Amino acid sequence: MTGEKTEFKWVGTRAIRPDGHDKVTGRAKFGSDFALPGMLQGRVLRSPHAHARIRSIDTSAAEALPGVKGVITSADFADQPAELAAAGEALVNYRDMVRNVMAREKVLYDGHAVAAVAATSAEIAEAALELISVDYEVLDHVIDVDLAMEPGAPILDEELEPAGMEASGPTNIAKRVDFDLGDVEEGFAKAEVVLERSYTTAAVHQGYIEPHAAVASVSEDGQAQIWCCTQGQFMVRAYTARLCGMETSQIRVTPSEIGGGFGGKTVVYLEPLATALSRKTGRPVKMIMSREEVFRASGPTSAGSMTYRIGATRNGVITAFEGTIRLEAGAFPGSPVQPACMCAVAPYDIKNVRLTGYDVVVNRPKVAAYRAPGAPISAFGAESIIDELAKELGFDPLQLRLKNAAKQGTKAAYGPTFRRIGYEETVEQAIASEHYSAPLGPNQGRGVASGFWFNIGGESAATVNINEDGTAVVVSGNPDIGGSRASLALMAAEELGIDYTKVRPIIGDTSSVGYNFLTGGSRVTFATGLAVVEAARDAVRQMCERAAKIWEVESDGVIWRDGHAVPASSNVGDFEPLSLADIAAQSPKTGGPICGHNAQNVQGAGPGFATHICDVEVDPETGRVTILRYTAVQDVGRAIHPSYVEGQIQGGAVQGIGWALNEEYIYNERGQLENPGFLDYRIPVASDLPMIETVVVEVPNDRHPYGVRGVGEVPIVPPMAAVANAIENATGVRMEHLPMSPPRLLAALDAARLPEAAE
Amino acid sequence: MAKHHVTTTINGEPVEFLCSTRQTLLDVLRDELNLTGSKEGCASGDCGACSVMLDGRLVCSCLVLGAEAEGKSVETIEGMAEGDRLHPLQQNFLEDAALQCGICTPGFLVAAKALLERNPDPTETEVRYWLAGNLCRCTGYDKIIRAVMRTAAEVRGEAS
Ligand code: FES
Ligand code: FES
Repeated sequence: MTGEKTEFKWVGTRAIRPDGHDKVTGRAKFGSDFALPGMLQGRVLRSPHAHARIRSIDTSAAEALPGVKGVITSADFADQPAELAAAGEALVNYRDMVRNVMAREKVLYDGHAVAAVAATSAEIAEAALELISVDYEVLDHVIDVDLAMEPGAPILDEELEPAGMEASGPTNIAKRVDFDLGDVEEGFAKAEVVLERSYTTAAVHQGYIEPHAAVASVSEDGQAQIWCCTQGQFMVRAYTARLCGMETSQIRVTPSEIGGGFGGKTVVYLEPLATALSRKTGRPVKMIMSREEVFRASGPTSAGSMTYRIGATRNGVITAFEGTIRLEAGAFPGSPVQPACMCAVAPYDIKNVRLTGYDVVVNRPKVAAYRAPGAPISAFGAESIIDELAKELGFDPLQLRLKNAAKQGTKAAYGPTFRRIGYEETVEQAIASEHYSAPLGPNQGRGVASGFWFNIGGESAATVNINEDGTAVVVSGNPDIGGSRASLALMAAEELGIDYTKVRPIIGDTSSVGYNFLTGGSRVTFATGLAVVEAARDAVRQMCERAAKIWEVESDGVIWRDGHAVPASSNVGDFEPLSLADIAAQSPKTGGPICGHNAQNVQGAGPGFATHICDVEVDPETGRVTILRYTAVQDVGRAIHPSYVEGQIQGGAVQGIGWALNEEYIYNERGQLENPGFLDYRIPVASDLPMIETVVVEVPNDRHPYGVRGVGEVPIVPPMAAVANAIENATGVRMEHLPMSPPRLLAALDAARLPEAAE
Repeated sequence: MAKHHVTTTINGEPVEFLCSTRQTLLDVLRDELNLTGSKEGCASGDCGACSVMLDGRLVCSCLVLGAEAEGKSVETIEGMAEGDRLHPLQQNFLEDAALQCGICTPGFLVAAKALLERNPDPTETEVRYWLAGNLCRCTGYDKIIRAVMRTAAEVRGEAS
């Protein structure tokens, strides 16, 4: 399928996005912008304890408050069996999900929902929360992943049976995963240099600016409508149906514009509660999280702890890599430890690899996906130890990476043999960049790091409707977070041969378009894009048939060129080309509406690789790190809309910089989150940063008609190690813990200075 | 509880509304007046998504009480375009892809307009510090800063 198309009219242009005007004028409707007549306001009562047994809940006083129309607790949700159920490509355990949206036997983290109220105003709903009395038996808690694995640690779930290992008695370890390639003992035997290091990373939040919001309206016949900000309207429908005991066809979910997700909106929090409250009260119910609730009860991604060993020959061949990665999952199993293991050294052709991962439950919110889930954590350690190896061997860090680079035919430790990939190209371009050889000043340093993400395909469905005036509507089913409607419209315009402005892309609700797996895995431009291309081709095929009918020739005598049906050859006859508009105008007489359609489970996602270069300046007095210059090189396969490709790369890199330098959850000794706001959970602001330079490499994915790979996730993988390596380069101090915040770095600098001072 | 009757000007139009004592200007704009272009990202003055002009001063509308708008003039994102003509900042945000999800965009536009009105020739550093109160989690700020700098140059009549 590949290489079919390399010349483009629309693909690769920087067209204005179709949803743009609404977003610069304030017209666009986001999650909390939706309202219905007679709507109630819902609020959630949340646990103040990190770990406690719920002895009883008394809601009678709240129910008696004038204006309160309904109160729900876990008693309003049927329990779910402990089984993994397929939900799109993800696996979910509904037993855990029903407990996460509303605590049952126990609260497992500060912020865990225990009850919810719907009232005629937000003020009344909030007052009602204070009238609910919950009798808690407070239990010991554990938040640190290493402590949670120790014998004698407080146990979250007595019945937890770890997968992939034996356990003697209760444990917080939910799963062990193993990956083996070659023979690591033999690999280390061949090594002339062996390094062993440990690293840890803090839990961080996705930090989308738009808090979760949902409106649900259940009518007397049991039909429900939900409007919410989500990365997947079909996911919301499936989960809400299951938790509320409804049929899928009873629920219609309309996704609003979405104010960022980064993986954090691939799960449900408010939707089942709003639906249950609406059903109970007979009124529409709106629920919005406060920023504090977003931090205390949604996301984040795992904190991690890892130990790595790497071996290489003196001439720079990495012969073995061995590691153990421990990720906390929050209150319920399901950390991204598996992809963390799979991605750790995926950019490299290493013949002997052994990785063991542990998924561990702790008393903080159940983790949600965050941009390349798991990979940034494991890559922080892997790309740091490789940097140390380069230093030890006297190698330039990029040359060492190039020497060991994975390429077409490399067998990855996680299983597959790579098809054509562009990792080497990213390293070569980084080496060739002006940035890499630019001079540095005092207290300044340069670091590099690479990263990998699979990218995914998945279920995708799209319709291309040809309108009677020669325009087209593209209906697909993925919430657009970063300009994907523009990309889909560009591809449709390319196939149909009409002007981009004549193509209107919309995102359907769950009842108006076929099932689409959620927006995630960097899949939309690749997979939904493929469905759109195929649907447009289906419309083109129909239009060629219509032209054949008009010309009274065989349908294979007509081909499509530049938006027109033309005779395939002079043998067919001499006919004036028929434009798309001509054919559309005549469609009532030639067979009726022209609707192209495609639905498939898209396979063949093209792995993505990136290499980043970061310059820092370290203030030796305060430990403050300034990012001076940053370049991100990435293979994207094909950039459909280059501006949004660059934007994804820049945004991902900056999230990584925040993860590297500042972001972390801070708990008090009672396990309560102390920094649930943007003042104390500090994400990067404009004045922290330089411009983020991007180098877009295009090594086409051979499983997509235009070569698309996907772009959104890879850019968050390299930054943490790139920053750490730059700090080491500037100061000689190696940081093995994230975030590398000023107090931590200052302490490390002081520790390094002490021996000097003593001399 | 008795509500306050407030007379004010919003985007050049006289407006009257009723609000409770604890309702913020942001609540009033969004919930009472249906002007949902101003966004709530934090309600604590940390994200800038709710930025509006109050008597010519840039404020976080989540930190202003609705009652404080009495006798004052409020400008929101909804008043930025003139008829069907976008403000140059709006146009350049579109052309330069200075938004991804777009939730931060109204706040950035209002804040950037305020900057250019007081400083038509800002340096990159000045733009970055002026906009440091506006959080964007999607773009890494690069394209936003470029769009503001380009607009400033255009408004000054310099070719970009
Ligand atoms: S909502 Fe006002 S500053 Fe965030
Ligand atoms: S574009 Fe999403 S927060 Fe700025």
